[in-house]
Amino acid sequence: MLTLLKKVTIPALALLLSSMAFADQPGGTYKFDTKGTHQFVMFKISHLGYSWLYGQFNDFTGDFTVDAENPENSQVNATIQTASVDSNHAERDKHLRGDDFLDVDEYPTATFKSTNIEKTGEKTAKITGDFTLHGVTKPVTLDAKLIGYGDDPWGGYRMGLEASTTLTLSDFGITKDLGPASETVDIIISVEGIRQ
Amino acid sequence: MKLRNDPQRFGAIALLFHWLVALAVIGLFALGFYMVDLGYYDPWYRKGPDLHRSIGILLFIAMLLRLAWRFISPPPAPLPTHKPWEKISAHLTHWALYLLLFVAMISGYLISSADGSSVDVFNWFAVPSVSGHQTGLEDTAGLIHYWATWAVIGLAGLHALAAVKHHLFDRDDTLRRILGLAPRPTTHTPNNTHNLS
Repeated sequence: MLTLLKKVTIPALALLLSSMAFADQPGGTYKFDTKGTHQFVMFKISHLGYSWLYGQFNDFTGDFTVDAENPENSQVNATIQTASVDSNHAERDKHLRGDDFLDVDEYPTATFKSTNIEKTGEKTAKITGDFTLHGVTKPVTLDAKLIGYGDDPWGGYRMGLEASTTLTLSDFGITKDLGPASETVDIIISVEGIRQ
Repeated sequence: MKLRNDPQRFGAIALLFHWLVALAVIGLFALGFYMVDLGYYDPWYRKGPDLHRSIGILLFIAMLLRLAWRFISPPPAPLPTHKPWEKISAHLTHWALYLLLFVAMISGYLISSADGSSVDVFNWFAVPSVSGHQTGLEDTAGLIHYWATWAVIGLAGLHALAAVKHHLFDRDDTLRRILGLAPRPTTHTPNNTHNLS
């Protein structure tokens, strides 16, 4: 009886207590909530200089590792399936997938791998990384904001962030002329990760 | 000229269907070929596809009517001089053209309506989407549309060359018939009517 207590119950209790102590620690590896689609990669580009056109990429995966002690050692990675571009217009999306723009047959994925994180405030940071689009890799810096984190009602632990940056299309070899107002595109990444 | 076909000649309606469709198909192919390379700021960037879609839908309606007419008034019989291989290949070609045209028109419509939106026919009416929003449908339909339309033009070209072959080499009435002309007058009859007396 005492053996059971010593060998099983006490260690179990210790584990429980220690995990509770760490329960509010945000550190760990998180995977983007792809299944629940609490993840969005959106783009915003000017149409003729007269309005904003928004679209998104429906299929992508990613993860981020948070170092709670040293947040600047954290890491973010994402892989986007370029063919999943969706601006709610069949003809436009077909054109975007073609060789005038994304050329998805040649370049089926776009990727981001962070190389540096610089905290700029309590919940903000600049995430610098290598972004590969249309076969071209360039360093980009995302302005990121931590939205929140904690336990979810279903036994998991989640963290969400939103980051944005502006890209110049020609930097990535996309040179189709859409007019002077449309040379740059804003990228907005809004994701929730589930801690693994 | 009669409206309906008879065993020897095409009637006016069948002839009208044939040539209007031929004109529309060649025009649509040329327009399609030209419009896909237009730049965003070309005035025809929008006008081209708008015209292409509108005429495409009207062609679809015409082809349905044409198919119905073919059952109401069947085409003339093959010429007695047509050989078995000619009759078979003509039959196959004509049905292949019907099939490819429907595949081309339907796939074209599916490209534009793959996001659930309807297709406008000029400013007369709109054809709603039957697919609703189907992810990736525009790409599949696009591929089918591309190959079907090239196949139509290739086969139609062969079909036209075959008619010319009949006219120039076989010297029969194949081409004359589809042009709505009377059969070629014969230069001799079984009993020569040259009256010697």
